[in-house]
Amino acid sequence: MTSVETPSFTELEAIAKRVRRDIIEMITAAKSGHPGGSLSAVELLVGLYFDQMKHDPQNPKWADRDRFILGKGHAAPVLYSVMAECGYVPKDQLNTLRQMGSIYQGHPDVRFIPALEASTGSLGEGLSVGLGMAIAAKMNGSPSRVYVMLGDGEIQEGQIWESAMFGAFHKVDNIVAIVDYNKIQLDGWVKDIMEVEPLGDKWRAFGWHTITIDGHNPSEVRGAYIEAAHTKGKPTAIIAHTIKGKGVSFMENNPKFHGTAPSADECQKALAELA
Amino acid sequence: MAKYELKLGPATREGFGRALVALGRENDQVVVLDADLSKSTFTHLFAKEFPERFIECGIAEANMVAIGAGLAASGKIAFVASFSAFIMNKGFEQLRVTAAYPNVPLKVVGTHSGISIGEDGPSQMSIEDLALATALPGFVVMAPADDSSMFEIVKAMAYHPAPCFIRAGRSKASHIYNDGDKFPVGGSKTLVEGHDLTIMAYGLMVAESIRAAESLAEEGISARVIDMYSIKPLDDEAVHKAVAETGAIVVAEEHLVDGGLGVKIAQTVASATPCIMEFVGVQNRYAESGTPESILDKYGLLSRDIINAAKRVLTRKK
Repeated sequence: MTSVETPSFTELEAIAKRVRRDIIEMITAAKSGHPGGSLSAVELLVGLYFDQMKHDPQNPKWADRDRFILGKGHAAPVLYSVMAECGYVPKDQLNTLRQMGSIYQGHPDVRFIPALEASTGSLGEGLSVGLGMAIAAKMNGSPSRVYVMLGDGEIQEGQIWESAMFGAFHKVDNIVAIVDYNKIQLDGWVKDIMEVEPLGDKWRAFGWHTITIDGHNPSEVRGAYIEAAHTKGKPTAIIAHTIKGKGVSFMENNPKFHGTAPSADECQKALAELA
Repeated sequence: MAKYELKLGPATREGFGRALVALGRENDQVVVLDADLSKSTFTHLFAKEFPERFIECGIAEANMVAIGAGLAASGKIAFVASFSAFIMNKGFEQLRVTAAYPNVPLKVVGTHSGISIGEDGPSQMSIEDLALATALPGFVVMAPADDSSMFEIVKAMAYHPAPCFIRAGRSKASHIYNDGDKFPVGGSKTLVEGHDLTIMAYGLMVAESIRAAESLAEEGISARVIDMYSIKPLDDEAVHKAVAETGAIVVAEEHLVDGGLGVKIAQTVASATPCIMEFVGVQNRYAESGTPESILDKYGLLSRDIINAAKRVLTRKK
């Protein structure tokens, strides 16, 4: 992962498809979990771990590594699958998700996977933790960058805007907030629960360089991460328009699959679509 | 009986500020975060000498706690400070998820604890902080009684591997200890020997307890006084010894009696040998504005109240 080889979009798309299959199989085996918001974030995470982040699965505590925090911790399956693809954690145990004794806890838990950067699950806190890590890197003269993925529902938490104000004021330009803007939260559509628009204007008003992309387009994802890395003097927010449940026709844009596991039948149908 | 002059010295928050400067000079990994109260918490002393390692967070305690956790998780010795009422209540969820649960060794300091802050009134008074802090699995909770014990405890806790909460006060504290004294985690300090009963206290109530013991001695009552500066872990040994050797305990604390030191001591006592106890503290209510002296008087936190509790406990002991 520390190599400078740039993977082709075809390679990234192939990884993304495997990750989607993992997500479906893991959550089906667990009989509970959050497929929709895991599937919406696949390209964004694959683009980080296989393309943009400097990290080393053989040396997970490498001081100058780039760091990723999954603020929306309920999308743990996508993170577990991507980390398994990288070799941080065993792929053959992914289907123990949410079982007693499994390292694949319901939400990311550093006690079980030390290669995780933070335990998350209580929404709104990951961006603050990431800012602390980004500041520590700057103090140490490290080139380390920090990426924090936020849910669009998560940004209804007030602490997000405390941290947004802080990041711009302290010119923390080695942090990137990625909003997985899939438009759906547990109780329904974001616009009906608590509208977050005008979203780009909000981040810009808080002093963040703001990039809006299609979060399923590997080229746009790569471009946004590169633009963020070249942005100096202010933090960057990437507003990634995504589709909840992306890749499985009957899960796409379906609030039911925010937090419901597929049945065995649905699992087979989903895997057939992802063949 | 040892005599204590109990001359008023600096507030415990001043000992905190002094310790931060000492730590900053000996270790360049020490960082300090504050939420627009640095002149009150005394972190301004550190900010002045080490501006590059002082992080102003504005009035946003929840964010500050989680940023501090991120720094601590990255290997920094991170202190976050505010009024105890704000950092514990507004930051509690962040202390739970970003420090306690992942066992990140964040150092949390709450000043202006208790009701002795006086005129500012109940919104600024922290009377629930120890109940909250001790509820966090893995947290070490310390409540020093004076400037020197605060100085030593802050310096020691900087290198302790667990997350911790240290409780400081606003008002001047009676001088009891000297710089260089040691305050191990899980320990206590027996300041007055006695055999009729034991008074256990922390913070400002330690000096009040010594005064109470001196008055009781004039009436022929021998009261042991122990500074239970380590609220969690508790010095169970000192508690068991007090039960065995004195058979009666009065707990005196500037905190709600619910969820405070008294409850923890009662739990230790009840799980071994039951013992008669009395509890001096804030009783299921909020205080009000006033001079610190008048508030401590009205809400029952003076040596007089400890003496009365001692007499009650002795009557029940007979």
